[in-house]
Amino acid sequence: MSTRELTFAQAIREALDEELARDERIVLFGEDIGAWGGVFRTTEGLYEKYGPDRVIDTPLSEEGYVGMAVGIAMTGMHPVPEIMFGDFITLAMDQIVNQAAKMRYMTGGQVAVPITIRATMGGGRSSGAQHSQSWHAWFAHVPGLKVVVPSTPYDAKGLLKTALRDPNPVVFFEDKVMYHKIKGPVPEEEYLIPFGVADIKREGKDVTIIALSRMVHTALAAAERLAQEGISAEVVDPRTLTPLDEETLVQSVCKTGGAVIVDEGYTRFGITAELAAVIAKGAFDYLDAPIERVGAFDVPIPFSPPLEFATIPDEERIVQAVYRILEGRRPQ
Amino acid sequence: MDATKSLSSYPTSLLLEMFRRMTLIREFELRAIEERHRGLIPGFIHSCVGQEATAVGACLALNPDDVITSTHRGHGHLIAKGGEARYMMAELAGRQPGYCLGRGGSLHISDFNLGILGANGIVGGGIPIAAGAALAFKMRGERRVALAFFGDGAANEGAFHEAANQSAVWKLPVIFFCENNLYGEGTAMHRSTAIQNLADRAVAYGFPGVIVDGNDVVAVYEAVRQAAERARNGEGPTLIEAKTYRLRGHYEGDPQVYRTPQEVEEWKRRDPIPRFRARLLQEQLVDESTLEEIQGEIMAQLDEAVLFAKQASQPQSEDALYGVYADIHNGLVF
Repeated sequence: MSTRELTFAQAIREALDEELARDERIVLFGEDIGAWGGVFRTTEGLYEKYGPDRVIDTPLSEEGYVGMAVGIAMTGMHPVPEIMFGDFITLAMDQIVNQAAKMRYMTGGQVAVPITIRATMGGGRSSGAQHSQSWHAWFAHVPGLKVVVPSTPYDAKGLLKTALRDPNPVVFFEDKVMYHKIKGPVPEEEYLIPFGVADIKREGKDVTIIALSRMVHTALAAAERLAQEGISAEVVDPRTLTPLDEETLVQSVCKTGGAVIVDEGYTRFGITAELAAVIAKGAFDYLDAPIERVGAFDVPIPFSPPLEFATIPDEERIVQAVYRILEGRRPQ
Repeated sequence: MDATKSLSSYPTSLLLEMFRRMTLIREFELRAIEERHRGLIPGFIHSCVGQEATAVGACLALNPDDVITSTHRGHGHLIAKGGEARYMMAELAGRQPGYCLGRGGSLHISDFNLGILGANGIVGGGIPIAAGAALAFKMRGERRVALAFFGDGAANEGAFHEAANQSAVWKLPVIFFCENNLYGEGTAMHRSTAIQNLADRAVAYGFPGVIVDGNDVVAVYEAVRQAAERARNGEGPTLIEAKTYRLRGHYEGDPQVYRTPQEVEEWKRRDPIPRFRARLLQEQLVDESTLEEIQGEIMAQLDEAVLFAKQASQPQSEDALYGVYADIHNGLVF
């Protein structure tokens, strides 16, 4: 299989391009995704290639165009509305949570709502408190939605293509810091990645670090540093939150006896809490120390770099969490 | 005095269908209220008694393959679009053979085969959905129309503004049909809205706004027929404001402290059903016995519907876990 290096943004763009070509029901909606090519350039060239009827520039009306996407999905299309900054998804919450997520169930299965909502997440760009948040946990809390949080160009492409063939509402979170900074191998040939299959990004035996989206890279950097100190950390990426591959997460922790859970979202009532509950139940007898959670501190994401970087998880906080686990490990 | 032309210019079959569906809606609502008091129907009912002409006039002016989105006050819309009383009553009773397997109830009752893209518990929630359906029709080159029912309350929701603006920009085949019954729940329109006519808002979006007597089924029919023609011809959306009134509370049991009994009495004199009936007889288009016969058929139909709902099986409690996703269910993957 021949591969080349693509950035995260290029992988997203390639998935959209291939699926637009494959299925004429697919139509993209968003603010400046067309003629501009997207402020993050994830739809670059698609407007020219597929035209303004399939790559649609919308007014600044998140509730309006996400709602229209729900309607178009209920009448035979597969829309892909984009939320430029994930923070703006609050403006479309009714249509996502009260309409798209429930429509199938509350109508007794009369209709499917195949809609793929692409939203960004992530801080670290001095964008301030309304352009830096990571709200994937909210959607993982809602029955009827699937939630995808890819960490690599390879995963992003394969999972997005799966989303675009899924008959359900999918909320697909892309960490905008990764768009142009993260590069990775992507096969030339077509491939899909199924939902609900976690990926072990690095094998290890002393401790498990569960991380998602951009935090996978932070976790891998932490694992590399720990390796130099003789500590072998396994890094596991769930890749999708709904459905969640509990088995792989639990198995890894059963093997290593310790779990650090890392997410850029808020710690309080967040993804790390849910994953900790999964681990506590599934690997209780194997845990040698309390589960550690590393997330954003519970404050609005600040603007100034020293403040912002203090709130978002980093390599150091992950390493310290691993130390705490190893210190707390009971003698064998 | 009704402003519309003589009824004799319409086929009698259409006029009778208007009478039949309005009467069915009225009687359905009264039976549902009764059965709620008797305990067959759980939850709340937002009846549309008094608003039958808007539902029927609008839906009969559409083609069978046109679609609507409905509201929390949606029983009339469903019946007007062709819904069957027995499956509706079963749904209201939360029974397995109901339209939505008992999962939706009054607020979410719908029949997608009839082009009803859901009643909606969120005020204004269906408006962008209708616009989206209109976009699908336009993209596929289908000469179909989507009509969004909503109330004067929903006209103050952002969803209306956003959908109206986008539909105007893209010239979508959508009709924004506002049933202005003068109250958003318990708040009189003059306390929530600084203009008298919601149709005036259409100017701001760049498409026509039409005011129609919502208690005159033929006037409503005409307005929607013209709007649908505009839509099918690619001329874009129309906002129709149908002035009407709900004769019962916002929901059954609503103490209605926000209006006077005199006001309700005043509107009862404009009740769309006796009014239409009188006109049919006055213009000598049908005789009384025909209308009595229709009335009798409807009562029998509703007796059957109530019996059907009573005898229908309850859903099994374990079924609650199925059907969240189109491809998997909780037990399999989660």
